[in-house]
Amino acid sequence: MTSGDHHTDATIARRVRRLETLLEEKGLITGERLDEAIDAFLAESSSPANGARVVARAWTDDAYRARLLADGTAAVRELGYMEGSFQRLRVVENTASRHNVVVCTLCSCYPLRLLGPSPSWYKSEAYRSRVVREPREVLREFGLELPAGTEITVWDSSAETRYLVLPHRPEGSEGLGEEELAALVTRNALIGTAAV
Amino acid sequence: MTDASPDGFPPGTDRFPPGTRVRTYRHDPPHHTRLPRYARGKRGVVVEPEGPDELADVSAQGRGDAPVEQIYAVRFEARDLWGEGDHHVVLDLWESYLEEDPDDER
Repeated sequence: MTSGDHHTDATIARRVRRLETLLEEKGLITGERLDEAIDAFLAESSSPANGARVVARAWTDDAYRARLLADGTAAVRELGYMEGSFQRLRVVENTASRHNVVVCTLCSCYPLRLLGPSPSWYKSEAYRSRVVREPREVLREFGLELPAGTEITVWDSSAETRYLVLPHRPEGSEGLGEEELAALVTRNALIGTAAV
Repeated sequence: MTDASPDGFPPGTDRFPPGTRVRTYRHDPPHHTRLPRYARGKRGVVVEPEGPDELADVSAQGRGDAPVEQIYAVRFEARDLWGEGDHHVVLDLWESYLEEDPDDER
């Protein structure tokens, strides 16, 4: 599953292209306008580095971590993210005994402003249908083997609420500064399909 | 329950505090809904209110009369959803998708 489901992606891409063509034919959008909108969006968001910085701050500042878990939207705005967004952000914390993983079973809701564009597998029907039912097996396929006693929670996101996983800070990282810590955090760790 | 929302659900009144045992409706509407099929007619527990928003079932039809209701994070045991599994699934659900599920009916 890690390489994505190319067949499904091709189908989605065809549907999106068809929709674009119809909207252009009806004069509702122009291709140029669409490209401008996508460029503007990507310039504003675009990178899992944003989410990684949020995590590194939470790992190094207990008061920030508490605010982040209590009200994710307000806490990421302190760092300049998700300003002007109407969505709520809820941050869910992994511990030594608890693991969280995020999915959108109805479509592909995802915290783009903190993680950039989503990976193809996140939108695949295989991931969306399986992770709610057998998360332990799906995580194993991603290379994440969790101890049998680990409590797993799957968060099914929606257009109104997005989720970000606060990974468990790795052993031996005590001496690292915020930037070095942020460099350890991967996109998959922020979705919950990997550990740090 | 004298009034009904435009979809025939009870109106939203922000009535489920954290810890409330709830059951989801079994509805299978011919229009957009945010209650996924796998979670229909299932028992769960309210984690907390997430804040109010327009009911997507109505707003997605392009109608201007969508009621604003509380959305709740509701936690389901995998066993209750799938008959097996030891994990939990948390979903954000509008109030009118939910009814109280008293302990004595369990």
